[in-house]
Amino acid sequence: MSGERVPLLKIEHLTMRFDGLVAVDDLSFTAYRREITAIIGPNGAGKTTVFNCLTGFYKPSAGRLAMLAGDETLLLERMEGFRIASDAGMARTFQNVRLFAGMTVLENLIVAQHNALMAASLFSIAGLLGLPRYRAAERAAIERARHWLDRLGLIARADWVAGALPYGDQRRLEIARALCTGPRLLCLDEPAAGLNPRESAELNTLLLGIRDDEGIGILLIEHDMSVVMGISDQIVVLDHGRKIADGTAAEIRADPKVIKAYLGEEEEAPLPAETEAHIGFSRTGNTC
Amino acid sequence: MAVPPAGPWSGLVRDALVAALVAGLLALPFVGLETYDIGGGALGIRTHFDRVAIAIAAVFAGRFLYRLLRQLYRERPPSAAPPLARIAAWGNRRAAAITLVGLGFALALPFLPMSSRYLIDLGTTVLIYVMLGWGLNIVVGLAGLLDLGYVAFYAVGAYTFALLAHNLGFTFWEALPLTGLVAASFGIILGFPVLRLRGDYLAIVTLGFGEIIRIVLLNWSAMTGGPNGISEIPRPTFFSLPFARNAPEGTTSFAQFFGLDFSPDHRVIFLYYVILALALVTNWFTLRIRRLPVGRAWEALREDEIACRALGINPTNVKLSAFAIGAMFGGFAGAFFATRQGFISPESFTFMESATILAIVVLGGMGSQMGVVLAAILLVTAPEFGRAFAEFRMLVFGAAMVAIMVWRPGGLLARREPSLHLEPRPTAAQSR
Repeated sequence: MSGERVPLLKIEHLTMRFDGLVAVDDLSFTAYRREITAIIGPNGAGKTTVFNCLTGFYKPSAGRLAMLAGDETLLLERMEGFRIASDAGMARTFQNVRLFAGMTVLENLIVAQHNALMAASLFSIAGLLGLPRYRAAERAAIERARHWLDRLGLIARADWVAGALPYGDQRRLEIARALCTGPRLLCLDEPAAGLNPRESAELNTLLLGIRDDEGIGILLIEHDMSVVMGISDQIVVLDHGRKIADGTAAEIRADPKVIKAYLGEEEEAPLPAETEAHIGFSRTGNTC
Repeated sequence: MAVPPAGPWSGLVRDALVAALVAGLLALPFVGLETYDIGGGALGIRTHFDRVAIAIAAVFAGRFLYRLLRQLYRERPPSAAPPLARIAAWGNRRAAAITLVGLGFALALPFLPMSSRYLIDLGTTVLIYVMLGWGLNIVVGLAGLLDLGYVAFYAVGAYTFALLAHNLGFTFWEALPLTGLVAASFGIILGFPVLRLRGDYLAIVTLGFGEIIRIVLLNWSAMTGGPNGISEIPRPTFFSLPFARNAPEGTTSFAQFFGLDFSPDHRVIFLYYVILALALVTNWFTLRIRRLPVGRAWEALREDEIACRALGINPTNVKLSAFAIGAMFGGFAGAFFATRQGFISPESFTFMESATILAIVVLGGMGSQMGVVLAAILLVTAPEFGRAFAEFRMLVFGAAMVAIMVWRPGGLLARREPSLHLEPRPTAAQSR
């Protein structure tokens, strides 16, 4: 990392309880601009819960979630769900892709720019009358969508119905849709899940490109260690809702607590998919 | 076609035997035994085993034939789409031409040689349902909010106009914008409590809302006249020229102004064109708003509400706007209904109406404007043709609905037209 690190999102003492179960326990870390921060951990460690707290789908039981936007500090835990996206600039994708499946690829990206277009259409009045002001805004929105479609290699599929796309394309479209909102921080929930090795390598290049060109922060939940270790500037390791390590890829690989959490002393039998992730991790860990 | 091998044949027979056995078990008590009065309050039992045998034989034969036909059908090449689907695909390809022909027909209807007062009246009724269908299509088809109480807004529009006319002397044209506004407000009132609900739960609450409005209209006698309704609702005027044989003092009637002989048909034709215009405005508005951010947000909300929130779209505003705008068109249609009938009562706004309008939207294909027209024509005119066998009307109606849903589960003309396309990028030479 060259230059000063600019903090973007400060998570302080985040705790999320569901009745008796503590899903996230006193988690604190900071995500920086122009950096990729990965959250890893075994299944059930509370990674997606952290995302859901950040993006307003859960109200945290305790803690402070501060988005630093220039001079302003926006406290996410006090904002309404949709405002976290529209005002604080938090965009996310979902573990099980959530596209507008019946709409076309291009429409998905235009819906993502709803708030800007809505303002330009003067609550639809200018839009109904077809005033030039709205037409210009719509053209700009299409250009923006075109930019991201080009960038993610979906331009040929622009007029396809989103639900008909192959799985890998759907994942990329979801990322494009999140980027079309013009976010400060992009939260990706397992973007490499279900991708083949070639697609996952392309994803790495893409995410590094977004980090460097757009100057935004990326927060990543991922099981695929080739992605996590290859591109993360910072890795936060969760186990049973607690942070057990926080550092660069090299530091994490060497951390005995992390190795223990992933490889030894399992209390519950791991799921088959999880086992694979373990092996992937240990292999990467040994060879690197 | 080749004779199916032995396996399927015995399968067919076995399947038909099972069906016949079930039929026999059911028919034995229901058909086979009949009680009758043997005097002194006692009951005797007659047996009809012949009828049971007929029932079993009929079920066996029916089931066997059904399975056989299905098997034959399946052996045809898969490219041969079912006929309904082929007709729908043809309709979608020729959508522009069909629209033009349909519009031309609608415009010319009152002056066609075969047209009569009855036909124009029927056309007016069809158009009311087309308009209601298009209005409900915004809520159900675009925003995906299942509304079983749409008739409430229709009633609100009708009563708003009737009350404005009676108490404040409003004419139809003065009251029309207000009826839309009042109905839209009711749409928002309904919208607030149901913001968190979806699907079945939403349907139940909206059903209740429709009933509340009807029951209030029925019981608030001082305001609405209760079950007696409101009569003598003013008829619309042609730019303040009334349609009357003898114009009131100081005014000219439509016939006098244009130097025509008075005919009661003038008003009927005029009403027909008014509802045609209102319906076309509804259609224009819907087609237009689908291409605007609000319309796309409605569709996005239908597809995935959680994703909408994650993109910073305020779901409350999106839902309320859908309810309000859908209700507004219901209100307009209601005002037209009131002025056309000249009399309204709560009986016109029962759940049956809501169900019919919803059936029009669902049968036509959710979100399809042409589908609504087709379904409205079918649902409104079918009972007219069925007058001869009136008692079986609902049976035929229900059977037709089941048949359509089996063969075209998405509706007659289910197809979504994208709201925009990516135009090829202008080449460097053009842009410079």
